Amino acid sequence: MKNIMIEKKKKAVEDFFAVLPHSISLGMGIDFIRDGEVGMSMPYDSKLIGDPQTKVIHGGAVFALLDTCCGAAAMSHPEQTGPTATIDLRVDYMRPATPSQRIKAIATCYNLTKNVAFVRAVALDNNEEKPVAMAAGAFVTGV
Amino acid sequence: MEKLSPEPVALIKKRRNEALSQLIDSIPYISFLGVDFDRRGDEITAILPFKEELIGNPSLPALHGGSIAAFLEISAIIGLSWTQIWHQIEDPGLDAGSSDNVVKFTLPKTIDFSVDYLRSGLPRDSYARAKVNRAGRRYASVHVEAWQDNRDRLFAQGTGHFLMPLNK
Repeated sequence: MKNIMIEKKKKAVEDFFAVLPHSISLGMGIDFIRDGEVGMSMPYDSKLIGDPQTKVIHGGAVFALLDTCCGAAAMSHPEQTGPTATIDLRVDYMRPATPSQRIKAIATCYNLTKNVAFVRAVALDNNEEKPVAMAAGAFVTGV
Repeated sequence: MEKLSPEPVALIKKRRNEALSQLIDSIPYISFLGVDFDRRGDEITAILPFKEELIGNPSLPALHGGSIAAFLEISAIIGLSWTQIWHQIEDPGLDAGSSDNVVKFTLPKTIDFSVDYLRSGLPRDSYARAKVNRAGRRYASVHVEAWQDNRDRLFAQGTGHFLMPLNK
C-alpha cells in the first residue's frame, strides 16, 4: 500500500515538473525522486552564458535549476500534498561551473511544518568533490 | 579666457547608450530571457517583457521563481557594472565614435544571491531597479527591487554580494 502511494506521489511530482515552460526552455530533467529528495539536471548551452570571457553560464540559470529542484523536493516529501511555491531562496556560488559540462542539482527537504518546507540543495558539475553552488530556502506547503 | 562650450546633449546620450549596449550585449543570458533596459541619466530600469517561456506554474499561471531570480541578478550585475564604468563614460576625453568599444570593463562575479518572493509574478511585464549599497575595492553589496504594475507593490526583492574585478 505504501509503495503505491510513493509511486503516485512520484508520478504527481514528475507530471508537475515536466510541463513548467521555463524549466523546459532551460532543458531541465528529473534524474530521480525519493521521499523529500530530488535530483535534477540541465545541459550546458552557449545561450545561457553569463560571462563571455570565461564562457561560464549565468548564475541565474543555476539559480533556476536549484529553485526548481528545491520545489520538487518539497513536493516529494511524504507529508506534503499538492504544489508548492518559493518563499525565499539563497544561493551561494562557490565556484564557476565548468563550461560544456552538465549541471546536476540534488535537493533535500529536511524539515516540513504545517506551513513551511525547509529545503537545501547542492549544484554539481563533473567534479562532484567540489560543489558549484549551494542553496537554502523556505517553501510554502499545502497550497 | 575663452569658456569651453558644454558637450552637445546628443553626443552625451549616444555615448551613454552605447556604453550600456556594450555591457548588455556582452551577456548572452540577457537576450535568452529577453531583458531590456531603460536609461534616464544614470538611472537604469531593467524590464522583463512577459513571454511564455518565463512561466513556472502554467495552471495559475505565474512566473517561474528561476526567471524572477535571474532577472534580479541580471539587474544587480548591470546596475553594479554601470556604476563602475560611469566615470569612463563621463570622461570628456573619450571620443564615442573613435572605436568599437566605448568602455572597458570586466563583469563582477556573484558570491551569493538571495531572493525574497513577496507575491506571485503575474503573466505580464516586470521591472527592476538595483541599488548599490556598498561597492568596495573587492566586494560589493547590491539590493534589487522588482514590481509589475505598481511601483509600491514589490513582487520580489533580492540582495547579492559580488566580487569586484581587479582593476588593472
